[in-house]
Amino acid sequence: MVQPYFHSVTLETDNCKGCTICIKRCPTEAIRVRGGKARILELRCIDCGECIRTCPNHAKRAIADDFSLLDKYAYTIALPAPSFYGQFAGQDVSISKILQSLLTLGFNAVYEVAEAAEHVSLATRRYIENSSKRPLISSSCPAIVRLIQVRFPDLIDHLIPIQAPVDIAARLGKEAVMRKQGLRREDIGAFFITPCPAKVTAIKQPIGLGNSWVDGAIPIADVYAKVLRILPYLEDVPGLQQASAVGVCWGRAAGEEEAIRAPSHVAVDGIHAVIDVLEEIEIGKFHDIDFIECQACRGGCVGGPLTVQNAFLARVNMENLTRELSPEINPTVEKQVEENWGAGFYNLEADIEPRSILKLDDDFSRAIEKMELLEKTVGSLPGLDCGSCGSPSCQALAEDIVQGLASEGDCVFVLRDGVQSLAEELLELARRVPGSISSKTDTDEEEPPKESPKESGEVDRRDTTDQAAQ
Amino acid sequence: MPAVGGLDALISVTYDIVANDFVRAGEAASKIKRLLQQLGVEPGIIRRAAIAAYEAEMNVVIHSYGGRIAANITADSIEILCEDSGPGIPDIEKALQEGYSTASEDIREMGFGAGMGLPNIRRSAEEFSIESACGQGTRLKVKILHKVGD
Ligand SMILES: Nc1ncnc2c1ncn2[C@@H]1O[C@H](COP(=O)(O)OP(=O)(O)O)[C@@H](O)[C@H]1O
Ligand code: SF4
Ligand SMILES: [Mg+2]
Repeated sequence: MVQPYFHSVTLETDNCKGCTICIKRCPTEAIRVRGGKARILELRCIDCGECIRTCPNHAKRAIADDFSLLDKYAYTIALPAPSFYGQFAGQDVSISKILQSLLTLGFNAVYEVAEAAEHVSLATRRYIENSSKRPLISSSCPAIVRLIQVRFPDLIDHLIPIQAPVDIAARLGKEAVMRKQGLRREDIGAFFITPCPAKVTAIKQPIGLGNSWVDGAIPIADVYAKVLRILPYLEDVPGLQQASAVGVCWGRAAGEEEAIRAPSHVAVDGIHAVIDVLEEIEIGKFHDIDFIECQACRGGCVGGPLTVQNAFLARVNMENLTRELSPEINPTVEKQVEENWGAGFYNLEADIEPRSILKLDDDFSRAIEKMELLEKTVGSLPGLDCGSCGSPSCQALAEDIVQGLASEGDCVFVLRDGVQSLAEELLELARRVPGSISSKTDTDEEEPPKESPKESGEVDRRDTTDQAAQ
Repeated sequence: MPAVGGLDALISVTYDIVANDFVRAGEAASKIKRLLQQLGVEPGIIRRAAIAAYEAEMNVVIHSYGGRIAANITADSIEILCEDSGPGIPDIEKALQEGYSTASEDIREMGFGAGMGLPNIRRSAEEFSIESACGQGTRLKVKILHKVGD
């Protein structure tokens, strides 16, 4: 049975006004407006959430899980993203209290994704040392992994094949509970407190992993108010907070590169900036850089579409919250990584497959035919990239036409020209209407006076069409 | 000329390259890359072709008076042709050595002129030829072989 592709990012059709604002921001040109409503093209969407940010009518939404899912498990673990901490500010707030609040809300345990991020940092460091490929690109942001699959398939072998912190966190957290409480894996539910829809999709539909150890993802925005309400009444619980500042900083841009400490490295945030860098890598640049952190969201995960705080403010909050924490990775984590590394504990289990969306056809000669048609079609469009047709650019409309998904008449300018020449043709036709229908005389001389009122009528109608198109 | 259809299906594109125009430099290579992606050429092959096209284009921008680059794509090969109107390469043997560059200090500060362009072009292609002489233009031709998936 073919399973439909799951996407966290979806359209609330009722809210959509068909304004076309979203279509231009989408980094994979995955949105079209047809019939006055937006449509997300499944194969192109990478769930980055750019459209959720841009839509002025809140017609784009992320589907995620809610607290009711907890009831399905005998034992539950909360996996708070490092960016979750950055949502909270105030003198009395501490990471320990934030974690405590999750327990109060009903989770049986918490495992900090920040701590798993330390594992991933050390594993990545080892991977970089053992690989001759350059530059190596982080695979921790799932929106970037999907972006590379669809738009930069030739860079897949630059992605570091190590699991993301949340997957490692779920596994470490569950294994600890299985050991201590004697529970079976399926009795334990692990829930990510997520900053983004990309992670929701990655959990439901993992790339490079058979089955995710994570059982659900609850948006930071849905947990925020609940935590805020109880936070003032909580005490610090010793031993609850484990991660160092190194792991927590993964929640913001550059945190990852700082944690990994490759000899030469760079951090890129914001999906459009990432695209620019990937384009450069494709032509051979950045080849002397060891490690590139790439995050779809501006400011890193604190800028995720499902967070609450302004990303810059969240960054300040994180700085305050980590001030008292160790600036170095805990030595016990180092020991664990030492033990786990050889067994491939951190590795992705499967290859990341290319899913090019640029290809015009699977068949090469058909692709060439379509290419020629495409060139011709582009030439017939005005090149204004106005978006009125519902495709993000004239080039994109031409591609849609070639693929049979749109027609030239979708371009308002082509349509206007078409209407105009149609009107002229009609006029021409009207002039030639045989006299026998409209008059009893057959002589040509007598026709013109009869035709002229009709003629001015046609001209008028054409004028109104013109205005309507403007 | 594009003839269409069958295994000899061929498509050609040509782009002008303006000397010293660093703002538009790389655009031709980008367009060639995009074309190969649209045709569904295998990612590894695209990568090699893109690097060859980019380095050839940059050499014309940096070292020549201007010229043009063309890509001819068939079902089994990608040919990249790059020509310029001078001043030519006095010693081709030397120019092909890794690390050899006549780029000025200014150009190097911009991150170009590592002397790896021609060697990398040669490495990325199955066939490579370069014709040039002092006072004449340079003509570079590379062919990258590829297979079309069934
Ligand atoms: N199109 C060209 N016209 C004139 N000289 C060229 C051209 N292409 C390459 N050269 C010469 O060959 C040298 C080596 O080229 P290349 O390997 O690309 O290194 P780089 O461009 O970094 O100098 C250049 O420094 C230049 O002297
Ligand atoms: S940067 Fe972080 S929050 Fe944004 S899409 Fe990537 S993983 Fe999600
Ligand atoms: Mg060069």
